[in-house]
Amino acid sequence: MCGIAGIIHRDASSDVGTEMTRMLQSMKHRGPDSSGFALFGEPSDLVVIRFKLADANDPRDFDFKERLDRHRQEVESRLHKIGASVDRVESETEYAYRASVRYEGDLKALADYLEDVPGCEVLSLGHSLEIVKDIGDANEVSALYGLGGFQGTHAIGHVRMATESDVDISGAHPYWAYPFSDVAVVHNGQLTNYFQWKRRLERSGHRFQSECDSEIIAVYLAEKMAEGAGLKDAMEQSLDELDGVFTYMAVTEDSLGVAKDEMAAKPLVLYETDDLVVMASEEIAIRAVLDHEIDTYDPYEGQVLAWSR
Amino acid sequence: MEQVGTRTITYDARGLAEPFAEVPRVSSIADGSAEFDAAPLTTRQINLELRHLIYEQGIRDVIVRNPGAKHSIGVGILQRCRITFEGSLGYFGVGLIDGPEVHITGRVGWSVAENMMSGVVVIEKVAGSLAGAAIRGGDLVVKGSVGARTGIDQKGGTILVGGDAGSMTAFMMQRGRQIICGDVGPGLGDSMYDGEIFVAGQVKSLGIDCIESELTSADQEMLDRKFAIYGLDQPDSFRKFVCGKVLYNYDNLEPSEKKLVIH
Repeated sequence: MCGIAGIIHRDASSDVGTEMTRMLQSMKHRGPDSSGFALFGEPSDLVVIRFKLADANDPRDFDFKERLDRHRQEVESRLHKIGASVDRVESETEYAYRASVRYEGDLKALADYLEDVPGCEVLSLGHSLEIVKDIGDANEVSALYGLGGFQGTHAIGHVRMATESDVDISGAHPYWAYPFSDVAVVHNGQLTNYFQWKRRLERSGHRFQSECDSEIIAVYLAEKMAEGAGLKDAMEQSLDELDGVFTYMAVTEDSLGVAKDEMAAKPLVLYETDDLVVMASEEIAIRAVLDHEIDTYDPYEGQVLAWSR
Repeated sequence: MEQVGTRTITYDARGLAEPFAEVPRVSSIADGSAEFDAAPLTTRQINLELRHLIYEQGIRDVIVRNPGAKHSIGVGILQRCRITFEGSLGYFGVGLIDGPEVHITGRVGWSVAENMMSGVVVIEKVAGSLAGAAIRGGDLVVKGSVGARTGIDQKGGTILVGGDAGSMTAFMMQRGRQIICGDVGPGLGDSMYDGEIFVAGQVKSLGIDCIESELTSADQEMLDRKFAIYGLDQPDSFRKFVCGKVLYNYDNLEPSEKKLVIH
């Protein structure tokens, strides 16, 4: 089933960490397996890398901690070797880390070099994007990673009821659009031509970290945008080229878009004012962040909508 | 683990079970009508309160304030009464009802009035997809627009939409009628068996085995009557769509009617 949510403050910044936590928690019944956040903070000169070195439910063998320490040092040394000066590396859990670095070079080269470290997966990369995802409901994940009070401008989130792949962090949404800075996707639905697209995109040099069909959308959009399409154009092309049922949201550093398949098989409720747009699979999620009576509407089949800041 | 009578709830990952909910008894009752605020109540508490008022207290006029788009509210009420929701309902609102006259001042999510047997549901604003799915009787009036698959598997009754309708409207419709004042998306009346669809706006495309038919004076009289009852502005002209019966391999008798013919 899965639940997705998105919020964009068009002129201001807000505590999007708390807002997204509330929205996702109110939709826990749509997906209790894992929860994920893609939050956009104030843009900085530094590149923020969210990465993990093991999964939350990996077996804890004898040298688990030592191995993770070793791999973490390897990541830091590789950051240094590729020319990134490390500002700091923090971690809220023993397996997921947040590094902020000063780096001017090619992000694909950076991501590939880091992911060459055993067990390493780059969850997000960008100047303002941070993807946090883990097993558990939104309150648990938000508390674990200290997301309450995260000041930002826009965010998307996802609660997952796993159908196509394992319950772990790699299978959790949102997906970063590797290797694009500051692009992420959440998806509710199933893609039926997933394997065709996976093969096509792998041939053109993209990497996939999971068996999840939704990862395709992020990489697909990244490919289209690398060819010069804007976010909305790329999303409109996806309606013709991706088969299956879906409602998905995509975010970039300054915009948020949503696309619905031509059968309108998956729900989306939208609330829109001049300075705030909130959307989710269910209206209760929108009401979780607004304290007044609201009017909402559902977009129709085959619609692509996008808002910028 | 929680014990409910002789049954035990062993798994509730989605957090939806409310085995120990009790009637909250929060309504203010006066002159045979009752009113309560649903904002602090859970889904099950709201439904228990409604059933308590209607079945046990014999109240025939209930006002529910602040339903807050919660799901599955007002389900399974089998009694002639009047229920007013001041606000919006989530998914599966007032499903499986037989008799009530429901008025919703806000909007509703997916599958409103699903499987209604009889009664009236009037919605002031918009509705999500699957409005009036599988209804067998009664009137469902949505003054705004509706989503996709309105009246899927409809087996009777009337669905009146003031605005537009999405794709696959009246999909697999079997009986009854739909009246849509605005435009309709692709696949209107796809795989319908029977029934009538009246559309005032543009039809993006017809579904398989759905054809346009002639609007009769009886149809016009019915339309005039429905619009008069609900006090809605009636568009100047309607087009009528029915089943082409090219793919038609079924007789149009209910099982009980078939018995009468055979024996």
